[in-house]
Amino acid sequence: MNALETVDLEKRFGGIVPTNSVSLRVREGARHALIGPNGAGKTTLINLLTGVLRPSKGKVKLGGGDITNLKPHQRVARGITRTFQINQLFADLSPLESIALVIGEREKQGARFWRAFGGDEAIAREAASLAQQFGLADVIGERTSSLPYGKQRQLEIALAIAGKPRVLLLDEPAAGVPEAERHEILETVAALPKDVTVLLIEHDMDIVFGFADRISVLVEGKLLVEGDPKEIQNDPRVRAVYLGEGAGD
Amino acid sequence: MSTADTFRQADAALKKKRAWHWLEYVFWLAVAATVFLFPSQHTLLTQIAIWSLFALSLDLLLGYAGIVSLGHAAYFGFGAYVAALFAINFTGEPLTVLLVAGIAAGLLGLVTSLLVLRGSDLTRLMVTLGIALVMYELANQMSWLTGGADGLTGMPVNPVFGVFPISFRPTNSYIYVLCVLFVLFVVARRIVHSPFGYSLRAIKGNPLRASSIGISTNRRLIAVYALGAAYAGVAGALLAQTTPVVSLTYIDFQRSADVLLMLIIGGTGYLYGGIVGSALFLIAQKFIGNVTPQYWEFWIGFALVVIALFARDRGVFSIIERVANALRKEKAKP
Repeated sequence: MNALETVDLEKRFGGIVPTNSVSLRVREGARHALIGPNGAGKTTLINLLTGVLRPSKGKVKLGGGDITNLKPHQRVARGITRTFQINQLFADLSPLESIALVIGEREKQGARFWRAFGGDEAIAREAASLAQQFGLADVIGERTSSLPYGKQRQLEIALAIAGKPRVLLLDEPAAGVPEAERHEILETVAALPKDVTVLLIEHDMDIVFGFADRISVLVEGKLLVEGDPKEIQNDPRVRAVYLGEGAGD
Repeated sequence: MSTADTFRQADAALKKKRAWHWLEYVFWLAVAATVFLFPSQHTLLTQIAIWSLFALSLDLLLGYAGIVSLGHAAYFGFGAYVAALFAINFTGEPLTVLLVAGIAAGLLGLVTSLLVLRGSDLTRLMVTLGIALVMYELANQMSWLTGGADGLTGMPVNPVFGVFPISFRPTNSYIYVLCVLFVLFVVARRIVHSPFGYSLRAIKGNPLRASSIGISTNRRLIAVYALGAAYAGVAGALLAQTTPVVSLTYIDFQRSADVLLMLIIGGTGYLYGGIVGSALFLIAQKFIGNVTPQYWEFWIGFALVVIALFARDRGVFSIIERVANALRKEKAKP
């Protein structure tokens, strides 16, 4: 069973084709990584999966259901959430408020205007326990903008998980995290619930090979090859376009 | 720290955020005291209270949802005209009139929000301005209905609940307007502390992330725009009820600009900014304006530049805070 699937997905911007007939299949419960050199079209593909962009051709399916024509917030309701390579947080809210907000939206209580925010004890409990789980307990009431970068990175993932997704898109979760705090993020990623299907978009080969059980390689908008980590590591085409080039960084 | 501890801490933090601060009680007691302390100023105070409600309505849009508007008088004026026409043709029962005006302005907000919420800040600014200009010209041209440039007079205003006359009674008018302001303030306060209110803050803070956590940003913005328009409509109806004539000045550009100024002076995003700002604005206007009118424009322009540069969020309070912090640092020096 595929948790997430694209069928002949294509996106054109004038003469440029950042996504060229991509048919990606992510199995239920997989730890799937999507790698590719800069400019391979990874960002465009994420935007197509999450609904920020509409494809020129092809389909996006989530758990077998067609979500190609759904808006971003509708896709979230169907069970796909994401993190961002560059933090996209609510600077003026605390981690607690941000997480509680996500849970409230998930529980379809977000439009309630006559209830107190945080008045629902189940939501407050869940928010507190998530904050605990993501190492945010000691900064739970601080303004997000005042948190150290590593904590913000944790919150970035916590917000995506709070939506209880079936499929989680992780966009370079360790990007910009200082070496000293890196292991915390990697532990968080490794400890993600097993029933959540994860598609990891990543540059860092250590993270990819430490995490993924399946890897797809995207080059110039096309899927070049897909396989398990060993196959990818030994594939001469992949070495040529990606590993050889990336060995320097 | 255990999860139970974290929950207790979290619960306390959320409760504290929405609980009334003691300063808020002091503030409203002081407002109530103005009824007895300044009996000769009730006309000015009534103006302040009405502008406060109008600025509060703009704060719902700007301070919570980040919608910039240069045409908010469209809803204020529409509410005023609806109030006057409804009172003349049906009933002068004041609360019914307020309700009708609020609903009518809210509906206008709902319809126009579809135009306003497309595009960026600059587009919104232009569209809100355009809507207000169109409304102004409609009111001007439809003189058979609105009285055009002469305005609309003869609006009956019955006693509130049949027992509390407000027509041509400055003190009673002031008490009436204050009560409406207070009730609508409490309602707005409750709304901004609801899940809906927090989703607005999220949209204002980061629309990309807001939609990525499942918030239907457009719907929420439409809802708050209609709410802000309804509040503005009630404010317009209050002014119609407490002044003898509803005229084109209710809906002109000056009014849209002034209310934005008042809100910026008082600060956005905490509901009190509109009240504080309109009080400062109108009191200063009265006293500086009495000396020399040109100076009024000078000082308001000066204040605007200072606040826009140094104190965008909390208006005058940011400046007070900055000065206080600077003084504290100075003191702390050996």
